[in-house]
Amino acid sequence: MTLKDIAFKNLMRRKAKSGFIFAGLVIGVATVVAVVTFTDTMSQDIQHKMEKYGANILIVPHTDSLTLSYAGVTLGGVSFEMTPIVQSQLSEIRKIKNYANIAAVGPIVLGAVELRNQRALLTGVDFKATQILKPWWKVNGAKPGVNQLLSGSEAARILGLKIGQSVNINGKQMTVSGILSPTGSQDDQLLFAHMKTAQTLLGKPDEVSLVEVAALCNACPINDMVNQIAQKLPSAKVMAIQQVVGARMETLTQLRKFSFGLSIVVVLIGGLVVLVTLMGSVKERTREIGIFRAIGFRKSHIIRIILIETSVISLIAGLMGYLLGLGAVWAGFSLWKKHSTTLIAADPLVALGAICMALLVGLAASAYPAGLASRLDPNQALATL
Amino acid sequence: MSFLKIESISKTYGESDSIVHALDDISLSIKLGEFVAIMGESGAGKSTLLSVMGAMNTPTLGKYYVDDIDVYALSTEQKADFRREYLGFVFQSFHLIPYLTILENVMLPITNLKIPKSKKESMAMQTLEWVGIDSKSKRLPNQISGGEKERCAVARAIVNAPPVLLADEPTGNLDSRNSKDVMALLTRLNNNGATVIMVTHSTKCATYAQRIIQLRDGSIAKENSISSEKQDPVKAA
Repeated sequence: MTLKDIAFKNLMRRKAKSGFIFAGLVIGVATVVAVVTFTDTMSQDIQHKMEKYGANILIVPHTDSLTLSYAGVTLGGVSFEMTPIVQSQLSEIRKIKNYANIAAVGPIVLGAVELRNQRALLTGVDFKATQILKPWWKVNGAKPGVNQLLSGSEAARILGLKIGQSVNINGKQMTVSGILSPTGSQDDQLLFAHMKTAQTLLGKPDEVSLVEVAALCNACPINDMVNQIAQKLPSAKVMAIQQVVGARMETLTQLRKFSFGLSIVVVLIGGLVVLVTLMGSVKERTREIGIFRAIGFRKSHIIRIILIETSVISLIAGLMGYLLGLGAVWAGFSLWKKHSTTLIAADPLVALGAICMALLVGLAASAYPAGLASRLDPNQALATL
Repeated sequence: MSFLKIESISKTYGESDSIVHALDDISLSIKLGEFVAIMGESGAGKSTLLSVMGAMNTPTLGKYYVDDIDVYALSTEQKADFRREYLGFVFQSFHLIPYLTILENVMLPITNLKIPKSKKESMAMQTLEWVGIDSKSKRLPNQISGGEKERCAVARAIVNAPPVLLADEPTGNLDSRNSKDVMALLTRLNNNGATVIMVTHSTKCATYAQRIIQLRDGSIAKENSISSEKQDPVKAA
């Protein structure tokens, strides 16, 4: 017989107490695993959605003078001293290392036009890319085809434009195919046309005023991607829209902080359950420990018996807690997001962390009761009969 | 030559007004292989003296030597090792571990010895055979009788062949037949060379000893040696 045999036999005998410690640890570990996995999955989900929520990189021409503001970033798009971006150069972006992380590239040409004796800003865009770059757009009518126009809500009001109306722009007849619902952005003031149409109307063939890029940056630092694009387009100025990037990072940081705080509270409660139960158990086993000490067991032997018991419970509880936590997240996502495509992966690192955490909490919480048991005076312990 | 030597040992409990003198200046020598019975009324200090001799109750004053080892000069862990090597305990209430089998209970004192498990098992089985309950080795303590529990307690106390056996009212919970059997066991052990020190209320059991020490109010009131013919009722029977 060994100390392990004594520990195992005691566990089997005190099933209720062992079960209580086991349940405390399982619930603690499962909650932490669920919170961590849920937060990670949600972070990925949110990041994925946020990354689709508009551009986060802008490419503008190099210039000495900055005269135009767009998307909260000051641009030099219409400066006299600028070197314009040529549209054919944009294919270089496909060659960057992190091209797989790019969701959409939207070239834009900008220029002033005369319409009904008023000046307006005509914007040439790639309407396919706008589905990703401007997912909030709601078009009343239809998206424009060749020789057609889409008007921002404010521009339509001021210029008196209606769907189906024909207007003359720079000597060319254009039909208003649709009007945007108000967006609260600068888009409300603009007129939109297909890239080629706008370039022709503005007299800027193959010229691009700026490029919006939506990058999926879960696995890549956005600044790296900015540098990669800048290397491919040396004549352009590439910059991250810091406000957007910062907001995304802030949201994720808050989520992580919340899960970290919650995890600490749950782990502390789990530890307290183990501590209180073991304290009770040690008191209950006073006589038994007294017998062990009387027949020559050292303090270290008593401590080892208690730590072996806790380790066994903790290891199993860690594994069970991990599976339960993962199952809870999976069930939660299945229930609340029936059509979600979010993948909840079994992460071996989280599993290892869960088992280690259970072991650490179990051993830390049992250290004091084990020490207390080992210090029991055998004579007093036997006198407690 | 004395194997156990108690020198002017006193043990007091409590403080100032409520002080209790459990042992009062007791000196005693016991030779290797002796069978000593300690008697006295309740509160006379019998159990306190036994716990002092068991290296479990530090005296307030005095010295205690076993095999020339100053027992209470040892550290807590050294005292645990000393108990394992020198002493075997037989408790009145058996004090068997309820979730271990009879065999496992007997193996407890040798659990931490660095010898193969099979060797430990064979030592425990031999001891169980010696006390006559080897057929009950796989049972739990609650599945055997009181007499068998006491035999198991004796087996556990002697499995590692300690030179001294301390027995606290070994027949206190037994009927007369089982009492006789247990006393016969202790006598056999003594005949094999073990020093047996037994606390008892029973005059009949005390007659198995070679020497009877009477305690009163924490002091030795009387010491009697018993003639060998009277002392060996097993042989007489």
